[in-house]
Parts: sequence; C-alpha cells; structure tokens
Amino acid sequence: MKTLKKILITVFSVASLFAAGHVAAQAGATEAPDVLVKRISSDVLASAKADKRVQNGDIKQIRALVESRIMPYVDFNRTTALTVGPHWRKATPQQKEQLMREYRELLIHTYSGAIAQIKDQQLQFRPFRADTSATDVVVFSKVIQTGGREPIELNYRLQKQASGWKIYDINVLGAWLIQTYKGTFNTEINKSGIDGLIKVLKSKNQTLSRSKAPRK
Amino acid sequence: MNSGDSTLGKIAALFLMTLLFSGCASTNNNPEDPYEGYNRAMFTFNEKVDKVVLKPVAKTYKKVTPSVVQTGVGNFFGNISDVWICANNLMQGKGEDAANDFSRVMINTTIGVLGIFDVASEAGIPKHNEDFGQTLGKWGVGPGPYIVLPFFGPSTARDTVALPLDLYTDPWGHVYPVRYRNAGTAVRIVHKRATLLDAEKLVKGAALDRYQFMRDAYLQRRQSLINDNGKTGDLPQYEEEPSNEAPKETPASSAGQSTPNEKTGNP
Repeated sequence: MKTLKKILITVFSVASLFAAGHVAAQAGATEAPDVLVKRISSDVLASAKADKRVQNGDIKQIRALVESRIMPYVDFNRTTALTVGPHWRKATPQQKEQLMREYRELLIHTYSGAIAQIKDQQLQFRPFRADTSATDVVVFSKVIQTGGREPIELNYRLQKQASGWKIYDINVLGAWLIQTYKGTFNTEINKSGIDGLIKVLKSKNQTLSRSKAPRK
Repeated sequence: MNSGDSTLGKIAALFLMTLLFSGCASTNNNPEDPYEGYNRAMFTFNEKVDKVVLKPVAKTYKKVTPSVVQTGVGNFFGNISDVWICANNLMQGKGEDAANDFSRVMINTTIGVLGIFDVASEAGIPKHNEDFGQTLGKWGVGPGPYIVLPFFGPSTARDTVALPLDLYTDPWGHVYPVRYRNAGTAVRIVHKRATLLDAEKLVKGAALDRYQFMRDAYLQRRQSLINDNGKTGDLPQYEEEPSNEAPKETPASSAGQSTPNEKTGNP
C-alpha cells in the first residue's frame, strides 16, 4: 500500500510539474497585456507584504525586488530613449548604458518609499479593451487606499515585441513618467550635454542614497 | 501674538521681494510657460511660506491627531466638496457621475453622520475629482499659460479664472458665524496639506528640478482629469527612436526624423 501511495504521489507531482510548465510556456507566448500587468502587480504586492526588509525601506532589498519581479517585463531601453528624445541618437553606447543605469536608480529611489508603504492597498483594474492587432496599449488601474483617501490612478503603457508585451511607460495620478522627465532631461542636455545629464543624475542618486541611509 | 505678527511681516517682505525679482531670470522657452521667470520666483516664495507656516502645522496635525479623527475630517470636508463636484459633472453632461455624487451627499450626510463617515465609498459609489476649471476644459477652453499663484500654487490661466467660482460655490463658505467658518477652513487647509506630505517627499526625491517637474506633472494631471483618466483624449506621442538593439516592427519608425524639433532648434 505504502509503495503504491508513493508511486501515485510521484506520478501526480511529475504530471502537475509538466502541466505547470506547459501553462507557463503558453503564458509567456501569448499573455495578454492586462493579464501580465495584473500578474506582476499582485506578485510585487505579495512580495512586498511578506518582506520585512522591504517594508523598512531597505534599498538593496527593494532593488532586488524590482530587478527580479518587474524589470524582466520592462523595456527600459525604450523608456530611456524616449525620455532623452532626439539626443539619444547622438549618445555613445557607453553613455546610453550610463543613462539607463542612473535613470533606473533614480526611479528605484523614488518608488522605494511607495513600495515600502505597501500594506493593505488593493488594486482595481478597469476592464481591458484593445484591438487584437494593437501593438501599443494602456492598462488602467487604481490603487484603493484606506482612510478616506482618494484612489491613486496607476496606468501602464505597453508595446508588443517579439518576446511578448513590454511595459515602457507608467502614469501616476495622470502624469506619464516619460513626459514628466522629458522636459528636465532636455533642459540638462541643452545646458551641458549628455555627460552633463549623466552627472546630474549621478549626484542626485548619491544624495538620495545618503539621505536614505540613516532610516531605521 | 507677537510671533504671529512677525511671521506675517516676513511673508509680506518675501512676497514683495518675489515680485521685484521675478522679472529677472528666464531660463527656458517652453511655450506652455511664458512667464517662467515670475513663476519660478512665486514657486520659491510658496515653498518658503509653506516651510515656515503650513508644513510644520500639518506635520504636527498628522502626528498628534488620531487617524480616525483625520479620516473623519477628510470625509467631512470631502462630503461638502461633493456638492460642487456634482454640479460640475452635471455641467459636463456626465449624468451618471452627477447622480452618483448626489447619492453620495445624501447617503453620507444622513447615514454617514454629516459626512464624517464615507459610507457611500464603502457601498461602491466612488468619489470624483471635479472643479470648474475642468468643466471649462471639457467645454473646450484651453489651459492657457501656466501660472503659479501665490499660496494656491500651480495653476493655469483657465484654472485661475475658474478658481473664484470654485471658492464661492463651496458650501462651507456660507457657514455662519464667520469664526466657525474660519476655524473650519483652517482645519481643512491643514488637513489637505497633511495628506500631501508623502507625495511631497516623493517629488523631492524624484525631481532634478522641482519647479519643472511639478509644472510638467501638473499640466499633464489637469489634462488627464479633464479627460477622466484616459476615458477620452489621447496618449502622449513620443518621438520614435528606433534602438539599435531590439528590432521593432513599428510602422512609424522614421517618424522621429521627419518631425521638426522645436526645442533643440531654438537659439
């Protein structure tokens, strides 16, 4: 009896492994934009709620969370290129690399506070509608807050690529990330070139990581 | 009393200096912001006043007041705002939203004990964000130049014209005796400021140039509010820049080249 049970369990677990793998493979190929965004957000919410270090604002831990759970689904190359605008064409590969790194660091610093504050917020998604042939779509959501505060609008813009849908712009309370940074980036570049912008971003990030350090 | 007087005096002096020096530096030529010199000066003025007067009070309020009370205060004034929000939804032809606002006021004023409890939200009737500036926008009035108002902060020509009506139609402005009204208004302003403390921290971290960041975010947010968060209206069109790494099958990949660029071409 015991061996039969063992065999049965083994067969079942192997079978379910295959099934899971199959589902995952299918999801990777054709996962719809709204399904993708829902999956990532609930994943991030769950991880943030479960991790004490994230809640304490530990920037290393938050960076790890962002890198592992969010970045695989983001075309940050595109985000940076569109934010920098026409100057992107003139940037060397090394400058592009630096711009992407510093920009991402700035965003991680910016949102680490919000991620650390994740507690009992709930997400609400507006029914997703888009042409099946669309390659550029927006997924609309709201973060429902407690304590009589207005919900926070949080929208994602995605582009269809060979490897699946990729997020490249987000909208918080009505303002698109790229649109909001475009002006400042261009002012800096016009003033002191691409290297000037990299320098400004770098020093901003240094200030931010210094001011974050003494947090308990 | 004395310290209050000297604070007022300092603010007055700061205000005059702001007006005097506002004509000076104009750095960029953003078509949406022709009065950048004045606006920057007023922005700094507002930040200074906020730092000295409002922010410390708001911080204390947030720390000392029990969160139940804070929620109650927010709900109470939120309920009062819903009246004018309802009227604006009507003027914009959004009958369903207006009907929802009306139910909100009815339910919250009665079951919610004069609005202290937001029963309607819990029942699934959501709160809206409307004002007369948005109504004008819906009617086709463009924003006009960006203007930073003293004390009120970021605005546009259109929203500035709309503001007196927003203030006048607010039910709380018609409460008597006046000293209750003033006390309530003070609490309302402090509460509002307290709810913005977290957002302010975020902006401080995120912005390379706080003035420009606030302006660009504000103008977008207003437009998005008029469009009711993307239900109508268009997405920003970025200049496509085909990257050398990931090949993309976007049909308009050469659009970036053909579009003349306004910002870089300027002397």
